[in-house]
Amino acid sequence: MNGIHDMGGMHGMGPIEAEKNEPVFHARWEGRVYALNRATGAWGKWNLDASRHSREVIPPAEYLRMSYYEKWLAGMIGLLVQTGLVTQAEVDSGKPAPGSAKATPRLTPAMVPQMVSRGIPAIRDESVSPRFRTGQRVRARNMHPVGHTRLPRYARGKFGIIERDHGPYVFPDSNAHFQGEKPQHVYSVRFAAQELWGQQASPRDSVYIDMWDNYLEPA
Amino acid sequence: MSTTRRGFLATAGVAAAQDLAHAQEHGHSHQVVPSDPALRVKSLESLLVEKGLVDRAALDALVDMYEHKIGPRNGARIVAKAWVDPAYKQRLLTNASAAIAELGYTGLQGEHMLVVENTPQVHNLVVCTLCSCYPWPVLGLPPVWYKSAPYRSRAVIDPRGVLREFGLELPEATEVRVWDSTAELRYLVLPERPAGSEKLGEEALAALVTRDAMVGVAKVAPIKPGARA
Repeated sequence: MNGIHDMGGMHGMGPIEAEKNEPVFHARWEGRVYALNRATGAWGKWNLDASRHSREVIPPAEYLRMSYYEKWLAGMIGLLVQTGLVTQAEVDSGKPAPGSAKATPRLTPAMVPQMVSRGIPAIRDESVSPRFRTGQRVRARNMHPVGHTRLPRYARGKFGIIERDHGPYVFPDSNAHFQGEKPQHVYSVRFAAQELWGQQASPRDSVYIDMWDNYLEPA
Repeated sequence: MSTTRRGFLATAGVAAAQDLAHAQEHGHSHQVVPSDPALRVKSLESLLVEKGLVDRAALDALVDMYEHKIGPRNGARIVAKAWVDPAYKQRLLTNASAAIAELGYTGLQGEHMLVVENTPQVHNLVVCTLCSCYPWPVLGLPPVWYKSAPYRSRAVIDPRGVLREFGLELPEATEVRVWDSTAELRYLVLPERPAGSEKLGEEALAALVTRDAMVGVAKVAPIKPGARA
């Protein structure tokens, strides 16, 4: 979707404000939101792509107003309700619906270190043929899907060179909508800064963008 | 924020824009609205615990890991090892995930790692324009500026301006490569070993390496002659 989250190349967002000796979490609730995301995610009701999309659908003005972990909170509540783990009425009251069954947590304290250190690999060993080869000139498709995509707007329609084939990865555009992993090759594509931004950019600079097969066409 | 822009927003009278301006004046919007999300999170947590969906002790363990165990000191050890061990550096540049796993750093948001090397000719900078992708096992959770609209919007269109804001002025002749983390590959910048560090061991070298240098918004500062490490 052409949402506010797709920020590459926008102007007017103001200066970058780096905080000295920044804590990992600025308040206790931020750490709890982070951890609740992991612990509820352990139910396997959604995936990483769905989780990213749940934050992209926050209305633009709200998205800009909210802090990072407020966005995580909003996205997580959206997924919890959408997948039926809780109801909106339960979220509003903070109490389980009368008579609702009590579950057993999926993520126990003993499982945490392994869950973190194993991660959730997105590469797949299925034999999927690459549609492009290293060194090939390609064009990023000019497409504007209304759902989740990881093809940033600033690259659409631009020409680049395949620098590296990373192998087949879960395709976010389908996976975010629970329409299957549909693995396809991801490439590191080099775009000259002047191809993206015109003459104002340095002739020496470039932007490398990781792109799935479906985002590209031969050029 | 400039007075002109503040004036414009006030005249425009748009509530959301004013909220944004207010947030920007304070640097971080989560400091502007502390109590409301705190209460909502508390209420959600007790609901999820009562429903048996989450275990409070597991939440504590997760927060503890990211506050105390996983952070940029991990990445600094990788960098220092690459500086002193050419064979390790080679492995790091050709198969980063495996080389980083040799030191025990694996897992969430570091499943597929790539290391890009800074040289006198090439400077690498990492961003995620679409959200906040960042190599957690080696750098920890990202700082607010990395996740902020100013950095995400500008790193790709004006990398040299962004670097200048971080105090790093690059010569025209240097090639800048910006890596937009749009897929599941996560990037770690291998900074240049600073001048004056020739006699330092791995541990002392690791102490020099900053998070910002591993994102590519800074260099590792040279060691002043006569300074003791």
